[in-house]
Amino acid sequence: MKYRTIIGLEVHVELKTKSKMFCSCSADYFGKKPNTHTCPVCLGLPGALPVPNKKAIDWCVMIGQALNCEIADVSKFDRKNYFYPDLPKGYQISQYDQPFCKKGFIELSNGKKIGITRVHMEEDTAKLTHQGESSLVDFNRSGVPLVEIVTEPDFGNAKEVVEYLKKLQQIVRYLGVSDANMERGDMRLEPNISLQEENTKELPKYKVEVKNINSFRFVEKAIEYEIKRQSEILNSKEMPIQETRGWNEIKNKTMSQRTKEEAQDYRYFPEPDIPPLHFNRSEISNIKAQMPELPNAKFERFLKDYGLTEYDAEILTREVETAKFFEEAIGIVKNQIKNPDLEVSPKTIANWIINKKIDFNRISPYEFIKQIILAGQVPLITEIELEKIIGIVLNRNQKAIEDYKNGKTNVIMFLIGRVMKEAKQKLDVKLIKETLENYLKK
Amino acid sequence: MTNWKTKPVYQLLSDLALSYNISMKIDVPRVAKLANLPLRQEEKGKFEKQLSEILAYVEKLKKVDTKNVEITSQVTGLENIKREDKIIPSLSQEEAISQTKSQHNGLFKVKAILE
Amino acid sequence: MNLNQLTIKEAKEGLKNKKLSSFELTKACLKQINKNKDLNAFITVCEKEALEQAKKADELISKRQDLPLLGIPIALKDLFSTKEIRTTAASKVLENFIPQYNATVVEKIKNAGAIIVGKTNLDAWAHGSSGENSDFGPTKNPWNKECVPGGSSSGSAVSVASDMCLAATGTDTGGSIRLPASFNNIVGLKPTYGRVSRYGIIAMASSLDSIGHFTKNVEDSALLLNITAGKDPLDATTLPNPAEDYTKNLNKGVKGLKIGIPREFVTADLDKEVKSAFEKSIEVLKSLGAQISEISLPYTEYGIAAYYIIQPSEVSSNLGRYDGIRYGNDRSSFGDEAKRRIMLGTFTLSSGYYDAYYKKAMAVRTLIKKDFDNAFQKVDALISPVCPTLPWKLGEKINDPLKMYLSDALTVTVNIAGIPSLSVPAGFSKNKLPIGIQIMGKQLSESLLFQIGNAFEKQTNFYKQKPNL
Repeated sequence: MKYRTIIGLEVHVELKTKSKMFCSCSADYFGKKPNTHTCPVCLGLPGALPVPNKKAIDWCVMIGQALNCEIADVSKFDRKNYFYPDLPKGYQISQYDQPFCKKGFIELSNGKKIGITRVHMEEDTAKLTHQGESSLVDFNRSGVPLVEIVTEPDFGNAKEVVEYLKKLQQIVRYLGVSDANMERGDMRLEPNISLQEENTKELPKYKVEVKNINSFRFVEKAIEYEIKRQSEILNSKEMPIQETRGWNEIKNKTMSQRTKEEAQDYRYFPEPDIPPLHFNRSEISNIKAQMPELPNAKFERFLKDYGLTEYDAEILTREVETAKFFEEAIGIVKNQIKNPDLEVSPKTIANWIINKKIDFNRISPYEFIKQIILAGQVPLITEIELEKIIGIVLNRNQKAIEDYKNGKTNVIMFLIGRVMKEAKQKLDVKLIKETLENYLKK
Repeated sequence: MTNWKTKPVYQLLSDLALSYNISMKIDVPRVAKLANLPLRQEEKGKFEKQLSEILAYVEKLKKVDTKNVEITSQVTGLENIKREDKIIPSLSQEEAISQTKSQHNGLFKVKAILE
Repeated sequence: MNLNQLTIKEAKEGLKNKKLSSFELTKACLKQINKNKDLNAFITVCEKEALEQAKKADELISKRQDLPLLGIPIALKDLFSTKEIRTTAASKVLENFIPQYNATVVEKIKNAGAIIVGKTNLDAWAHGSSGENSDFGPTKNPWNKECVPGGSSSGSAVSVASDMCLAATGTDTGGSIRLPASFNNIVGLKPTYGRVSRYGIIAMASSLDSIGHFTKNVEDSALLLNITAGKDPLDATTLPNPAEDYTKNLNKGVKGLKIGIPREFVTADLDKEVKSAFEKSIEVLKSLGAQISEISLPYTEYGIAAYYIIQPSEVSSNLGRYDGIRYGNDRSSFGDEAKRRIMLGTFTLSSGYYDAYYKKAMAVRTLIKKDFDNAFQKVDALISPVCPTLPWKLGEKINDPLKMYLSDALTVTVNIAGIPSLSVPAGFSKNKLPIGIQIMGKQLSESLLFQIGNAFEKQTNFYKQKPNL
């Protein structure tokens, strides 16, 4: 029996605002001493009240715009009520029926459009760690802004899911709103997976949600595992249970989490402590105007403006830091190199970045260009011609020879420069140096 | 307006019940579980009776025609109340954990949650 | 006259003219508290801290420093978070809870120089209309110790009526200031929803809770509102309108003012004596030049039903944070009334019932609010009794929750609409039980309410009478 795979995805992205979603505690919780970033609001003390973070809301709208969504005119927050030790108020402030953004899409490389059902804001829960017979709770993370992005069940296989996730991660990093690091937990995902018999139009009557996937590698593995597990069940004429399963990276399988007898009743109702939000068109255009150039647009522009291949352009625009470095290097060549012989082409810069491991934190674009220039190109000069030029240079610079012989070995750099000037072109520095040294030893 | 002084409450309620033909049974154990409220066996009956009476009373709202009426969830008429993304000093760790009976190395401690 | 029997205005005068010291004044209040422990008005008395604060206040006064409430002893309903002072909500759940912060209103009152004498008793979590639902024992009515003082701000009302302090704070979600004020012959203000910050005050029903206070007369009430009113960046539901000087129009009188009587509040089955006191009050206002007319608020009869859906729904959610992990005891420590309301609210919000109950009630809310909006197009203010009955006997309604809820029939629609209301003394029954009336106005009309209340008070002088303690 052949089955068609149907996957929908729910992704949570943690925003890197300075303060939390509903209070002014620092949102930078990673690696901090436990319970040092809390206040009455995010600790859920009696009497505390939430006030929404303007920047977080703007960034959520910006994410929605980058995903081609419609932005709501009127929106509000709602309470999602349930009990868990990591939820200090006994409810999470989230959005239910009036999210900030909806009905967007992302296009994959195979031309498929993945529908974005909604993009909304909520607050993160505290961090639970387990130690023997106890669980320990750190509320530093409680209240950090989270954006939830939900797709239509449009994915047909694990590869599409991975591509979507990489694109989403790239967009969110480009926007500068999140580090979207799966290992650190600033990007979390939950696929829901079901199988449909190939020749039916009916949607499957169940879906399985998978949690606890924290790297791209595991996304593929978990989905493949689930597909296999579900098809085996279906093959034996049974239906997989609708449930939530956790990915176990040690055992390499998904495992059933405590089965719930009935679906959780979250008793959503409008958050009475936060007045509704009303966006006007000019505010929404302002947010869009502040949006940095997105990966797709940058890619197209690199193809057009710099004549790069698609392969090169893709690599250069994969991360915004790379693209930025590339364009700054081009700027250096344009504005600071006057000698046409020392021209460095975009293609050369691209090659260097792509093929060598450049640490953008350790080298400035200027230093980088200098390195390229100094490395030079293949010498367009014969050995005889080079020796002739060296002879001329050395004749003119007797004193330099004496200095060198007297121990001032760095005078060789001066001589290299003279050789290049005489040759009227860039030459391989190493080659000149070696040849000069041979001469000077005589 | 309801006439509490001249009619006993229970009579009023059964009048209401008959006139609206409602069954007002509330599943107390289920609701108590949802509300994370531990309830003793002997309490269930008492609460069932009391809650059913109250629910019977509020059923009168069914009489009101609210077909084209917008709901009011914010009586102030306020909109767009937000704050700037600034940091204000937090409570210290000692202050944060000062009110719990169970803590360990600055973390709140609870019985293990079975996943 | 004992010092503790002074009003805020009188005490301020006395302090300024060095006729008395804050220390003596505070001591007199503390003495009165100790003398009347049987009324059970306080959960926590801050004797040592209060006397220390009083000494500091006296130092400042001697240096000619002036703050609006400098040296004045005030009590706080035990829902108001006070840093380093136990705050219990009158519940076993929080019996040992010491907040790590002050409510905004507490900060304001302290910054105005007031002396906090203690935290007053209440119906636990503000769930109640009689003062009997406290896990720390019921509060008694100083006018008749066999009767209820009214709730939920029972202790605050009793503390002011018994001269244990010069003013006390309270909350009014369905009548919890106005009802005990009228049962104790004192002035109780429920401001416009959003006029005073809720930050730091243990929440009952978020869209209904109004933060107000009890005083011995109307002028003191205006003085206190001057301190507490204003926008709070920590409470997103506070109104941006700047606080005014609420004492400005106190003496303008009522000549020419249009005052309406809601027909549905009075054709109700009122206790004969309540009705008679109310009718006499109308005559007083007429004699002072007010134009009285009859008004209809047709959706009044649905007030209790709408309230007892909206309020428990929000209560059930607000009480979700009490899980015993970060503070307090676990949920088995909730009392019966709290459990009832949590379960009722959980039910009315639950899947399958939300539309029929909560959503329906929110729509009826719009209609009730519209009733008031329409009324205020025709009149400047509305007037009515506060409770259909006189203060009932302790224990009389405690086993019949619904009967207890119905005592809110004349107060809840004000909270549903978010408008302000001032409860003032309007006389006594033949058994010397106090009867109050309430003056209602549109949003942000507190100055007008004080204006009317002050004129009525000065004409009737009921507020001058004190219980025999």
